[in-house]
Amino acid sequence: MATPGYGRIVRDGLWENNGVLVMLLGMCPTMAMTATATNGLGMGLATAVVMAASNLMVAAFRNYITREVRIPVYILIVAANVTFVDLAMNAYMHELYKVLGLFIPLIVSNCLPLARLESFASREPVLPSLMDGIFMGLGFTLALTLIGAIREILGSGTLFADASLLLGPAFKFVEMRVMPADMGILMFILPPGGFLVTGLIVVGKRMLDIRAGKGIQMAGAHSV
Amino acid sequence: MKQGTLIHGVILGLFCLGFGLALALTEWVTRDAIAARAMEDRQNSLGQVIPTAIHDNNPVVDTIQMQDDAGRELTVYRALKGGRVTGVAFEVFGSGYAGKMKFMLGVDAEGRILGVRVLSHKETPGLGDKIEVKKGDWILQFAGLSLGDPPTAKWAVKKDGGRFDQFTGATITPRGTVAAIRSGLDFYAAHEAQLLEVN
Repeated sequence: MATPGYGRIVRDGLWENNGVLVMLLGMCPTMAMTATATNGLGMGLATAVVMAASNLMVAAFRNYITREVRIPVYILIVAANVTFVDLAMNAYMHELYKVLGLFIPLIVSNCLPLARLESFASREPVLPSLMDGIFMGLGFTLALTLIGAIREILGSGTLFADASLLLGPAFKFVEMRVMPADMGILMFILPPGGFLVTGLIVVGKRMLDIRAGKGIQMAGAHSV
Repeated sequence: MKQGTLIHGVILGLFCLGFGLALALTEWVTRDAIAARAMEDRQNSLGQVIPTAIHDNNPVVDTIQMQDDAGRELTVYRALKGGRVTGVAFEVFGSGYAGKMKFMLGVDAEGRILGVRVLSHKETPGLGDKIEVKKGDWILQFAGLSLGDPPTAKWAVKKDGGRFDQFTGATITPRGTVAAIRSGLDFYAAHEAQLLEVN
């Protein structure tokens, strides 16, 4: 298989082969961290950093990692990167760590980084692998932020609450209240709401894809 | 042993060694900063239940070890001024709607509450989490109260005939919180001499 071009990598990561919306990987952090858009964004960015670093390392060592021990080595590399991020954030970005700290270790349990190591970074050169890690991570961030935004609006009536804790005081302006708090539907900030919203977004994405690309299927869908 | 197997083992071992060293190095570099952050956090949370005006020591490090009524090890942070104990702070536990809730309770030398804050809980977001000072000022009403004020029978939520409001849609959380705070005051009353003794 030829190494895909960068345009292909970007499109795959963000949309066409999106980790959450198409591959349905990483459901554990997706459900746990998307009660608000801010949490989804933070978890997504932390995951993107770990994925970029892990892809880079595996691609760099790909000729030395033998097939037989590749899985333990991948897990070792992902876990080590998570620990680096965890320690560095605790020490140097403590406010952010207090928001996300509990969830950083969850990245180890995310099978998306492992999937990209196995299916991309172990076969491709360093630079495309780094790009794949970054854009798969950003696609993950996009999906988590979208799910988080919908759950937050429906469940708490706010959007990007506490974003200034994550992004700095300059981002105070993105925090908004969409509707009064007591109009929120509690279910959406609890796990069932996470599954419902994720499912609906997956359906929505498929519909968009069908409408955009395949007229015949769309006509078929109408006749049903 | 086949030579192939040996090579795989050596490769895996080398990766473990390399990343183990890198992790140890990172831990060593960040250790002091992380310890400093943890100290700041504790000072911040203690500062909310022990006003800085009443002490000239650092209550975070000026602690005594005791056992609470459930037999748990309890660290008591003490505020001293001019060699006298002016207040103490310690953790109290309550049971909420979704498991254990942990609070930090500050009590002055007369047995009045200096302040109380939630340290951790798993209550329902949007309902029970109004006990957090970030989400509402309900928890602030306890400052200044003591075992006799209100009278013992009134140390309960209104639904149970007491004087504290429950929240709309959440009674169990405030009930557990009030009970936890009361148990903390009982603990203070029972061990007052030991808590205020300067060694």
